[in-house]
Amino acid sequence: MSITVESSPDGATKRTGQRVREALLGWAFLLPAMAIFVTFFYYPLYRLIDMSLHRENRFGTAAPYVGPSQLVDTLSGSDFLEGVKHSGLYMVYTVPLGILLGILLAVAANRRLKGIRVFQTIFSSTVATSVAVASVIFFTLVNPEVGYFKDVSWLSLSNPDTALFSVSLSSVWQNLGLTFIIVLASLQAIPTEVEEAAALDGYGPVRHFLRITVPLISPALMFLAVVLVVAALQAYAQIEVLTNGGPGTSTQTLLFKIADPQGIRPLGIRASMSIGLFALTAIVAAGQYALLSKRVHYGD
Amino acid sequence: MATESTVTAPPTAVERPRPPGSGLSIGLARAGWYISLTLLAVVVLFPIYMLVIRAISDPISFINAGQPLHIVSAQWDVFSRAWSDAGLARAMGVSAVATIVIMGAQFMTSVLGAYAFAFLEFPLKKLLFAIVIGTLLLPIEVTLVANIQTVRSLGWLNSVQGLTFPFLATALGIFLIRQGFLGLPRDLRDAATLDGFGHIGFLFKVAIPLAKPVIGSFLVISFLSAWNQYVWPRNATTEGAWQTVQIALRTLTTTRVDQINLAFAGAIIAALPLVLLLIFFQRQMVRGLTAGAVKG
Repeated sequence: MSITVESSPDGATKRTGQRVREALLGWAFLLPAMAIFVTFFYYPLYRLIDMSLHRENRFGTAAPYVGPSQLVDTLSGSDFLEGVKHSGLYMVYTVPLGILLGILLAVAANRRLKGIRVFQTIFSSTVATSVAVASVIFFTLVNPEVGYFKDVSWLSLSNPDTALFSVSLSSVWQNLGLTFIIVLASLQAIPTEVEEAAALDGYGPVRHFLRITVPLISPALMFLAVVLVVAALQAYAQIEVLTNGGPGTSTQTLLFKIADPQGIRPLGIRASMSIGLFALTAIVAAGQYALLSKRVHYGD
Repeated sequence: MATESTVTAPPTAVERPRPPGSGLSIGLARAGWYISLTLLAVVVLFPIYMLVIRAISDPISFINAGQPLHIVSAQWDVFSRAWSDAGLARAMGVSAVATIVIMGAQFMTSVLGAYAFAFLEFPLKKLLFAIVIGTLLLPIEVTLVANIQTVRSLGWLNSVQGLTFPFLATALGIFLIRQGFLGLPRDLRDAATLDGFGHIGFLFKVAIPLAKPVIGSFLVISFLSAWNQYVWPRNATTEGAWQTVQIALRTLTTTRVDQINLAFAGAIIAALPLVLLLIFFQRQMVRGLTAGAVKG
């Protein structure tokens, strides 16, 4: 930034000098962020592709080039597809239930009652838990040895058919605070004139809620859906703490297979699966964008 | 809704004459709401209640007593044992250092980047903005495998650099603070120029102070996400001494059953910073969490 501009009597040159200085300042301001983005966001994408094109030998001592075959085999293989299925199920278990419970809590707590603040604080309280803390909390409930509900069959972590659902409840519970806060904020942002005008239409409470309230809070519900879908794709700690992927492979989500805490998959396979996760993330993002720009009612 | 919003005083304070029965039905409706709210509160709080009584109870006695809903053979020293013997003190320290480094760096990189996009004109501005947006498609979960290789080859596994570097800049911070800057009156910059402020003086003396609410909300989000991280520190550390508190919790759950309440006590300790955050910065937290969800 030590560029000194000769002060000249000609105004035009001075403006050019100022422009150059402003450009240099702009780039300088962006340099630190760009350095991080290039090194830890874009370069890894290149590395993943490169790694997916090389196959490690059994000892990890050499990784000869094998072309796209490893990537293709991985993304069409049963291990990857099982991960996608489990991640998809995790979404199905957590997203609709999460949104419904968020609405339930927010509608219940959105009224003028003495002491309502206490209830609002309680309903928000789970935002003070990390995923790891929420996982330990659910450990006390569903762990097969010491959990409070260890004998409740539909919550069993020892049964491959129920384990993933049981794990997903820890996410639902942990997300309650966030979903509550977001839905409540959007309910409170509805202008009172709108509510009063709607009251004149003579709708009953249910029709009023479905016809007036839901459309008005739809941007917040969309936002929530996006947040919860992304959270489901990124679920990891719950699984490692509660089941470590088991029983069998029944709770191995895609990210669990990529992170591979037991170290059973070669690097090239994990890189290939990461590219699959990237594609899924991009599809979800595109879907969000399309939905957000079309279907949702935005007030001005 | 309309009737309740007029009822703000307790029933005894109602002065207006009412048609017979309406006071009673309002009272009944209100009791109904209190009952529903209390039931919901019990459901939300039950897991936390279980965590607390399980942390304090002796694990074996608790199971032998048939898992009751109260404390069994209290071990009040469990918190100090988790803190010192189980290594949570060190893990909390690692988490604190990593969180402070990430928050400080994200503040600087976001404020500078946001200022560049909001107030400066320079070539390639659109391209650079697209690069920032593009990072949203590349969360740490996607780049994990490659970034661990990078950190390993830099010799940064088990180090503060390794725990923090991928998070020193974030698109969210640049976006949010840029929005805050764009909301400032345009004339402000001209007035500041007349007062002899250069860009750096304007940024630190005018723009940042005026954008404090949005910066505060962002910092709360930054704290939350840095403190709560799991996947990255799990993979970027191989030695117990470098475990963050979240990772240490997982390690504690793998200990013997008769020591399992150390993990439960640890979870309470790990959550305390966030509980304090929720108490003292509730407004910023709500604003940060709802950014993007509610317009205006």
